Amino acid sequence: MAVPRERNSGTSALAEAFRRAGEEARTALIPFFTAGYPSLADLPELLHAAAEAGADLVEVGIPFSDPLADGPVLQRAAATALAGGVRVDAILDTLVHAKISLPRVFLTYVNPVLRRGFEHFADDAASCGMAGAIVPDLPWTEAGELRQAFSARGLAVIPLVAPTSTDAHLVALRSATGFVYAVSVTGVTGARQALADDLEGLVGRIRQAVPLPVAIGFGIATPEHARAIGQFADGVIVGSALTEAIMRRPQAAAEAAYAFLRPMVEALAETPRG
Amino acid sequence: MKPLTRVPDAKGRFGPFGGRYVPETLIPALDELEQAYSHWRNDREFIAELREYLANYVGRPTPLRRADRMSAALGFDVYLKREDLNHTGAHKINNTLGQVLLARRMQKHRIIAETGAGQHGVATATAASLFGLSAEIFMGEEDVRRQALNVYRMRILGAKVTAVASGTRTLKDATNEAIRDWVTNVRDTFYVIGSVVGPHPYPMMVRDFQSVIGREARRQMEKLTGGPPTHIVAAVGGGSNAMGIFHPFRHDPVELVGVEAAGEGLETGRHAASIAIAEPGVLHGAMSYLLQDADGQIQPAHSISAGLDYPGVGPEHAYLHYSGRARYHTVTDREALEAFHQLAEWEGIIPALESAHAVAWVLRARERLQAAGARVLINLSGRGDKDVDTVYQLEGREG
Repeated sequence: MAVPRERNSGTSALAEAFRRAGEEARTALIPFFTAGYPSLADLPELLHAAAEAGADLVEVGIPFSDPLADGPVLQRAAATALAGGVRVDAILDTLVHAKISLPRVFLTYVNPVLRRGFEHFADDAASCGMAGAIVPDLPWTEAGELRQAFSARGLAVIPLVAPTSTDAHLVALRSATGFVYAVSVTGVTGARQALADDLEGLVGRIRQAVPLPVAIGFGIATPEHARAIGQFADGVIVGSALTEAIMRRPQAAAEAAYAFLRPMVEALAETPRG
Repeated sequence: MKPLTRVPDAKGRFGPFGGRYVPETLIPALDELEQAYSHWRNDREFIAELREYLANYVGRPTPLRRADRMSAALGFDVYLKREDLNHTGAHKINNTLGQVLLARRMQKHRIIAETGAGQHGVATATAASLFGLSAEIFMGEEDVRRQALNVYRMRILGAKVTAVASGTRTLKDATNEAIRDWVTNVRDTFYVIGSVVGPHPYPMMVRDFQSVIGREARRQMEKLTGGPPTHIVAAVGGGSNAMGIFHPFRHDPVELVGVEAAGEGLETGRHAASIAIAEPGVLHGAMSYLLQDADGQIQPAHSISAGLDYPGVGPEHAYLHYSGRARYHTVTDREALEAFHQLAEWEGIIPALESAHAVAWVLRARERLQAAGARVLINLSGRGDKDVDTVYQLEGREG
């Protein structure tokens, strides 16, 4: 696939998305969709629904057979997608041809990336108009090669920070681009009843060390959660709860996504940023 | 023979293999484990305590003896290292005792482990019980069904057995679930990995704990024959029994032979021979060889032996293959089954189906080994009692 050198590179598209949300004094909403769930044909409509609902950027999941950072819901979505025969080439093809207005990043595991090769995967991402990628089982210390391949194309490898992360890890992220993905809990993805304690403290630690927007993910399920996080974070990531909403109405996936995301956007719009 | 550099390096790399491919949440826990391990492994009291348990609880040193009738039948000397005589019936306990002693030093009161057939689960439950620690064992739903007795054994030992319903419902998925549990409970939980797999420092640590096999064997061969064997043969699933016996011989002029499970045959695609396929990738935290499709999706493994039924292999084995220091061959279900019977008839020893793979390769390589005047040491990693039911289901009812 040819590599279009866009003037508006991936990294700056991400910065722009956070800047725009910041100007409106609200926290960005970042939905996650598993490509191939309910079917790959649904993906363009899901992304369109996210844009319509007012999301700021999206994560597109390339399903993996052994998603060890994911809880039951996203495991099921990935397994269903793979059982339906979704291939990486088909996902890329769908994204190349879809008309998508939102900045977007891939989320996948390291083995599918390795299998294509870092350079090849970076070319793929650029061709699909992606702004970057999140690879939850590729910790920062192992990610040098992928970062090189991505930054050569103006794309970001999004770093993750966990509640257990050390200051040394935060310091290492000074060279990161895009945004920081703050993992709200020690655990896997999945909707939770209550938010973790002291998320604000975690965000504060990140801000002191890294000059990038901070988005929080894992366990965020409701507009109330979004409202609470919106007071101190730059972005809110929703995956499992959104996917569960789609699972309840797979025949009307885009509608279900819109109906889930719209109240979250409204909750964030009403929340004054601290 | 190429000289080996000291592996792993500071980043946990065995050449291009190994490393740490886990969520960021676990990196500090792996750092903590690495520090604790490098401290305690050199601590006299820790070493003495482990040695005492291995001697008086496990029953080490395990015997090493010439297999006389087998040697006579094959026309060259064959020696057996009897890991089947360990408490709990296999080499697994060497490692679980080491790790649980380490967990105690690290003040972690909850133990988790993955298990396939249940051997590592039983060995972990045993070590946890010995020290009064709570243990939770993750086991694929399919394996829980196939290995009901081992599940019951673990429960008798006081462990909680959690059936894993995701993916292929076997060892691969049990390992995913154990990692997910560790990510969630990382602050108070110690994850006892059962083979030389996983993120650094596990492959190194499990190798070191299992190296007691090779250290003993080296002394025992010296005493019996005046020197090392010409060949050491061991079955390889994840590869802990093989690494345990290979490692102390790595600088000796010994041919190291790992035997993978060819299942129904490499050409059928139903096998567990990651090294034979030699496609690099990342599974369960380390770069190694694994069974995968063109998109990097992990493919299910198959072997008659549940302990070899794993789509990956330890990173150091990948390195030993890559560097040429060890050679890896494959043996089918059928060959392993024949060797299972053959060893029982010749020596009065029913081997585990895993270990039967090592025996089967020796039977197949008979002519070559005979011509070379070989003195072969087989690591008999476990006893076959656990497999009698499987073999009975397959063929016993016919006879």
